[in-house]
Amino acid sequence: MEVSLSGWGRYPVQRCRVYRPESLRALKEVVVSGEERSVLARGLGRAYGDAALNEGAGVILQTRRNRFLNFDEAAGVLRCEAGVSLAEILDVFVPRGYFLPVTPGTKFVTLGGAIASDVHGKNHHKDGSISNFILDFDLLTADGEIVRCTPRENADLFWATVGGMGLTGVILRASLRLVPISSSYLRVDYFKARNIDEAFEVFEATDEQYQYSVAWIDCLAGGRSLGRSVLMRGNHVPAEALPEKLRGEPLATGKKGKLVVPFDFPSVTLNYASIRAFNALYYRVSKGTPGVVVHYDPFFYPLDSVLHWNRLYGRRGFLQYQVVFPFETSREGLIALLERLAKDRRSSFLAVLKRFGAEGPGLLSFPRPGYTLALDIPFRDAGLFGFLREMDEWVLRMGGRVYLTKDAELAPEIFEAMYPRLGQFREIKGRIDPENRFSSSLARRLRVVEGVQ
Amino acid sequence: MKTAVVLGATSGIARALAGELAREGYGLILAGRDLEELEALAADLGVRYGTLARARRFDALDEKSHPAFVEECLEEAVREFGGELEGVVLAYGYLGDQKRAERDFEEARRIVETNFVSCVSVLHPFAAHMEQRGRGWLCVFSSVAGDRGRQSNYMYGAAKGGLSLFLQGLRNRLARSGVRVLTVKPGFVDTAMTFGKEGMMLVASPEAVARGVMKALKKGRDVVYVPGFWRWIMAGVRAVPERVFKKMSL
Repeated sequence: MEVSLSGWGRYPVQRCRVYRPESLRALKEVVVSGEERSVLARGLGRAYGDAALNEGAGVILQTRRNRFLNFDEAAGVLRCEAGVSLAEILDVFVPRGYFLPVTPGTKFVTLGGAIASDVHGKNHHKDGSISNFILDFDLLTADGEIVRCTPRENADLFWATVGGMGLTGVILRASLRLVPISSSYLRVDYFKARNIDEAFEVFEATDEQYQYSVAWIDCLAGGRSLGRSVLMRGNHVPAEALPEKLRGEPLATGKKGKLVVPFDFPSVTLNYASIRAFNALYYRVSKGTPGVVVHYDPFFYPLDSVLHWNRLYGRRGFLQYQVVFPFETSREGLIALLERLAKDRRSSFLAVLKRFGAEGPGLLSFPRPGYTLALDIPFRDAGLFGFLREMDEWVLRMGGRVYLTKDAELAPEIFEAMYPRLGQFREIKGRIDPENRFSSSLARRLRVVEGVQ
Repeated sequence: MKTAVVLGATSGIARALAGELAREGYGLILAGRDLEELEALAADLGVRYGTLARARRFDALDEKSHPAFVEECLEEAVREFGGELEGVVLAYGYLGDQKRAERDFEEARRIVETNFVSCVSVLHPFAAHMEQRGRGWLCVFSSVAGDRGRQSNYMYGAAKGGLSLFLQGLRNRLARSGVRVLTVKPGFVDTAMTFGKEGMMLVASPEAVARGVMKALKKGRDVVYVPGFWRWIMAGVRAVPERVFKKMSL
């Protein structure tokens, strides 16, 4: 079925032929039949740009391949198909006292997508990205074979697939180590930083005491208030330490009621003034108080309660832009970025700052030690691309990189310079999929594989 | 543990309904042709609901194997699940290709055989056992397509219409023994059968359909349209006089 498809940012929109196999046989058929020039697996479509698009070719929806296959209670290891969503895992396993070891800011991603993006969460400084908790997976490769990959067995393929944007094959099943919890609540300390330097200071001084740590930046504050932000840092609360009224159901899952954005907002809703007001308000109302007990759902997934929140940005959509700067250049890099954003009036509703820990072995994984900033930039005019190109060059000069899962605009030569292990990735890709059966719009735009059509 | 067998368990609707039954405490025998998929499904029900589920090979078109298959299911319910077989869900079907069936009798035969003949073959022995025991239920997926013949899919419609009438008679026969027969008539459901087909409007999720079926099963209903509004759509479709209907292109 040919449809117009886009990522979560709603830019770009491309025609793709979509398949939704339910059995392994049907899935294999799509991959090896040769009916499509190339194919790409897609989960719940939460990648922002063109990472899960394959213009004029095949896209395989994995959402019906979502079965739990085994749970080893003693080890806390869940084996399931790649189409299982993080939301499903939480719904089934939180009541049994297990939590995701790493979660991105939405639970509506599939496990396969999470592996292909090697997603990070608010605990990256402590625990790294999700690949640290993936024990193994089965990969369907271009020749129709199923290859078991672990950090020891077929290790090169394992680390090419983790963060590999779906270009090595289709992840069929994976084993994920869950972490034990005795309550579904966190004790969160809020702190208001007056500017970027204060934010850095607090992150550095206290991050080790918190499993989860993140800051919301008011990216319109300038001058001496540049980088003023609300830091939110939390730890799991043991059941016995819960306030009285929550002890009755310590392992409650998220609320089911959802607010739905039913239509596209006119693009003018999100203008400079409204974003400025929102940011200033958010900064003012956030409590500076320590030790607030919060359920995991609003703490980790503040936007998931508004389904289709991407419609808030109107039909033209928005671009997400997430970068990481090494520690040495973080201050200079971030200040320049925030200043340019304010000067160009390319305001962001949401700017998220956090500190990354050690780099993992994933060849195209995004996280590396330093500070990362994520921005939503509404798509108002084509001048945005020139602006982002300048930003890309700045990030590269500072030794940083851009997150592929959110990207829609990076140029191939800048990408190549940002990801020094690309050569290794290309070598493995050339070996496992010489005819590029697996491809994507992102892969072609960035020339991830040279000579790729 | 009360046990149900699901025939054609790998379909989207069957999978969702198996989930509903597991939630109600049923152990499940999942039957179909693709043993690998059935095993995955059984594992999924086990992990999600903590229920016992087993995979078993079943080929609708191999009618000779049906009596033995039914016997094995009855035995397995006692041996593995420690109870009696309480229910049977028949959820398989073959949409086929109407245009091809008009030219090629083999395609027409396959549609009738899968959607009607094989159902008679496998349901009769289950029904006989339940009748003798004086309890149990059969939940069989027919289709709204069986309510009126239309040029676009009258082979499928004829087979499903035949199935609906068969179930009507079977219900009449089993009523005095306390065995219930539920005829399910789904409208368009978002499954592999309909994915990517043109003209699919008002598509329901398999989960919503399964919840509707479960409710009807618990209430002891005879015929259920899922989603419910299809009852009114089909009442409208049936009400058009044949003189007018034959000129319409539906």
